[in-house]
Amino acid sequence: MHQHPIFSGIHRNKMGAAVIAVQIALTLAILCNALFIIQQRLSLSARPSGTDEPNLFAIANEWVGSAGDPAARVQADLALLRSLPGVAGAYVTNAYPLTGSGSTQQLSLDPEQQRTAPAAVYLGDEQTLRTLGLRLIAGRNFRAEDVVDRGPLNDPHPAGLIITQALARKLFPDGDVLGRGVYLEGQRGTTPIIGIIDRLQVPWTSIGGWGSAWSDSSIVAPFRDVSQSAYYVVRAQPGRLSELMKSVPRRLVALNHARVINRVQSFPQARAEVYRDDRGLAVILAVVCAVLLAVTAFGIVGLTSYWVAQRRRQIGIRRALGATRVAIVRHFQTENLVIAAAGGIAGVALGVSANLWMVSSFATARLPLNYLLAGAAVVLGLGQLAALRPALRAASVPPAEATRTV
Amino acid sequence: MFGYYLNLALRSLRRNLALTILMVGTIGAGIGASMTTLTIFRSMSADPIPQKSSWLFTPQIDNEGPAEAQSVRNISTSDLLPVKLTYTDAVALMRARAAPRQAAMYLTAVAVSPPDSQLLPFQVAARATYRDFFPMFDVPFEYGAPWSAADDGTHAAVVVLSRKLNDRLFGGANSVGRSLRLDKRVYRVVGVADDWNPTPHFYDLTGTYLGGTEQIYLPFTRAIDQQLSTEAGIGCLQRAPGNGWQAILHSECIWIELWTELPNPIAESAYRTFLHNYADEQRASGRFSWPARVALRNVQQWLASNHVVSSNIRMLVLIAAAFLLACVLNAVALMLAKFMSNRSAVSIRRAMGANRGAIFKQCLVEAGIIGVAGGALGLGLTLLGLLIAKGLFSGADVGLTRLDGSGVAMAELLSVGATLLAGLYPGWRTARVQPAWHLKVQ
Repeated sequence: MHQHPIFSGIHRNKMGAAVIAVQIALTLAILCNALFIIQQRLSLSARPSGTDEPNLFAIANEWVGSAGDPAARVQADLALLRSLPGVAGAYVTNAYPLTGSGSTQQLSLDPEQQRTAPAAVYLGDEQTLRTLGLRLIAGRNFRAEDVVDRGPLNDPHPAGLIITQALARKLFPDGDVLGRGVYLEGQRGTTPIIGIIDRLQVPWTSIGGWGSAWSDSSIVAPFRDVSQSAYYVVRAQPGRLSELMKSVPRRLVALNHARVINRVQSFPQARAEVYRDDRGLAVILAVVCAVLLAVTAFGIVGLTSYWVAQRRRQIGIRRALGATRVAIVRHFQTENLVIAAAGGIAGVALGVSANLWMVSSFATARLPLNYLLAGAAVVLGLGQLAALRPALRAASVPPAEATRTV
Repeated sequence: MFGYYLNLALRSLRRNLALTILMVGTIGAGIGASMTTLTIFRSMSADPIPQKSSWLFTPQIDNEGPAEAQSVRNISTSDLLPVKLTYTDAVALMRARAAPRQAAMYLTAVAVSPPDSQLLPFQVAARATYRDFFPMFDVPFEYGAPWSAADDGTHAAVVVLSRKLNDRLFGGANSVGRSLRLDKRVYRVVGVADDWNPTPHFYDLTGTYLGGTEQIYLPFTRAIDQQLSTEAGIGCLQRAPGNGWQAILHSECIWIELWTELPNPIAESAYRTFLHNYADEQRASGRFSWPARVALRNVQQWLASNHVVSSNIRMLVLIAAAFLLACVLNAVALMLAKFMSNRSAVSIRRAMGANRGAIFKQCLVEAGIIGVAGGALGLGLTLLGLLIAKGLFSGADVGLTRLDGSGVAMAELLSVGATLLAGLYPGWRTARVQPAWHLKVQ
């Protein structure tokens, strides 16, 4: 039976071919899954928070002792902050985006609170929207008379809520939102929705973690946070952020000593910190992929070189019988392609099953087909490239090699 | 004979230096990647208190009912039991004294006014707990001792400082008996705990405050009197607590950890029964409308059910393992090429009387040398990888990761083992070379 020389070549080197094929399969499986994870993490960490991040910073303030009227000292701080040159806006709150910590409210449309929708709660006042740079797309902002003090020991009823568009769609799929009431946890009676903003991310960012299923469901509630510890969020006029981050805490301490400023953090810093692990994972996986591709390529070079060396005589005979150099190159390239294709098919199967397993044990999504195809193309291309040098060396074997045998 | 094989192997490796470097590099890269992730994994899944981890237990009580717990998995363990206790339950369990040693605790924060009045007050993390905390967790003391059980009962204003805080406040001097203002109230220092930081921080997995662990310990009873709120978050599954401190204390919100030391299986099963009976009484009294469900987990079970090892790290370990496998396969291919290019020499040796076993052994010695060298390179890469991981990841556990002696041994063993395994087939193929066959060619 006639067998093509390529197949007979592979047949004679079964083990070597199998090793290369398995290695290609493994490389492909790792590559497409790693690339997918990299893409997921990078797009996760690039999600907009909805705020004017470059100009925002937050001061973590903690009052020491119980001297003084809690509401009055916060009011004094806010008056100072808003009067400082370079400050475009300021308010006091319990949480801000990109920090990984905040508080949650379960909203419901029925008084028994059977079916609820979770949302992040940001406390704020009439200046919050302007300070954060949020865009109001319907309804109205808070008025000064809507805003009341909220301390650790009181839980007042809000006059109204401003919610994100994403949350509005979830609560009221029919589209009619403004003026409708929602029930809050532990509150009797409903609270009306008075405004809708286009976007405000929840503070939690971890993939598959708390809040990941409703990352744009946020509420701004008209409360001034006068509890023991709270954040002042300050928006600087363009270009004055770093200067204000240094001077504002000093001004606050000068105004009132009975405090500890635990932290001053710009929103860009918060973003870098909260997504640090996601970006770290992406970098490590990228390095692993690069090294893996190099390792696989060198493996292919090594083994193909060996095959060429082993078959010098046969190559010489083929050349003597009239095969051109191009035909010899094509022989080794095709041989590589056949092995890589077999490895590629196995790799696709392996990659898909690895992904399916990761879907069930980690919070990853299904691997899209194009990652598999792209990974396969990369691996096949790599094989061809790696085989090229040994193949060219094979082509330089002189026809006279055939005569060197005894 | 081994010396002879070694000599031959070294010569053979030198003859084909490029291929040798490639093999060592491949194995080194694989070992480096897998040891980096494995080292991080090992430190994260390490036993934080090995001398008694199987005798320390934390109780869990289902105070929320099955339906509620479904929606809030991040404050429940995998069996949907809340990770902390309510104040009501914590106090009831403490009062029952069903364990030889027991301590309820929570993370809070206090403002410390330094004795030097020129300095500004600053905020530190504090742990409100009971006396038994110290002997139960084998906390070492630099000066003084824990407060007494009587201090717990009288809600005494006493504190134990961490060594770090004592250095900061009193310049490292023996501060026992000195007084200290916390939140503008005066406390007496009774002890200074020596450096002590179990990793993972098993007794409170939710609580790191400002990236650090607690630096002050004070009686739980005192902290409750002073209305010091929790800094580790409060989980209200069922309904908001309502207004005021009393409302929080009487709510179904969970925020308190409780650990017990049950020194033998009899004490453990007795406590289990006690815990179940307690929950059942609560159900009978009408507080729970669902069957009483409780759990009692020791340290290792507790860490496992809380998935302490982050999924990022688990994923990386798997990917690194697959990477090592690819590297080993690569080494097989390269060794096949390497050994077979040496066929004529093997052929001569066979013709001169070396048997197949001798050739095979010599090939394995060659593989072993590659393994040792690859392991050394891998160790270097592991150190580099750990350094990079510390820069890339934020977790405190990653920061504490160190490559210890057992890690070094593991890297070398893994490297030599993997290379020997990789050398088996190429060695076997080489050993089957016909004597003198390859002499004919040329």
